[in-house]
Amino acid sequence: MKIRVQSEAFDLGAEVAAMSKGRTDIGAIASFVGLARDLNEGSGVTAMTLEHYPGMTEKALAKLVDEANARWTLLDVTVIHRVGRLLPGDPIVLVAVASQHRGEAFTACEFIMDYLKTEAPFWKKEETADGERWVEARVSDDAAAARWNPS
Amino acid sequence: MKLRILYFARLRECFGVAEETLDFAGATAADLVVHLQARGGVWAEELAAGRAFRVAVNQDIVALDTALPDHAEVALFPPVTGG
Repeated sequence: MKIRVQSEAFDLGAEVAAMSKGRTDIGAIASFVGLARDLNEGSGVTAMTLEHYPGMTEKALAKLVDEANARWTLLDVTVIHRVGRLLPGDPIVLVAVASQHRGEAFTACEFIMDYLKTEAPFWKKEETADGERWVEARVSDDAAAARWNPS
Repeated sequence: MKLRILYFARLRECFGVAEETLDFAGATAADLVVHLQARGGVWAEELAAGRAFRVAVNQDIVALDTALPDHAEVALFPPVTGG
């Protein structure tokens, strides 16, 4: 398991290669990369700054990965989230999940992203032509996380 | 009890403070919120009933009825928006 919070960019290819290096039991690696968009809430975004809660962030991400490991048989998980100022097109977050078969890798990757969006203490502030604004949490993100716990 | 309180994102900006230590006589996270609301102004406004904010105690998000341990690290912040 690899969990990193960093300001530098990451390399998806290198991260995926590192997961399978030296082992032959992995049959599937599913990955997700989230990028900074140039448009949000109908107006142009020229840059964004990601703030986080050092200490709690790493702990919250580890908890998400533990939860995924409890639900599925996973062989390795990598989560990298960037902080600081990012420009449109820049990668923000990487989640990669290795397992024996594709089903668990796909599902666990989506699960980790859905929970990351609602549980991990990151906040985005956007720069627009009208000034700066904090991004508001979306109800659709809560719904995406909630569907993993049907009552 | 003694608490270390951290504020993040929009709340840190609105309150104009990132961190403070507080001698606190209450028992729960809800008591702390009431104590902070009583400061008035932006505190009353941002922490009013119905406003969305989260409370973490020792780096875990908790419900408001959670008891605060002495020397706890308490954080108040808006709903998260990473990813």
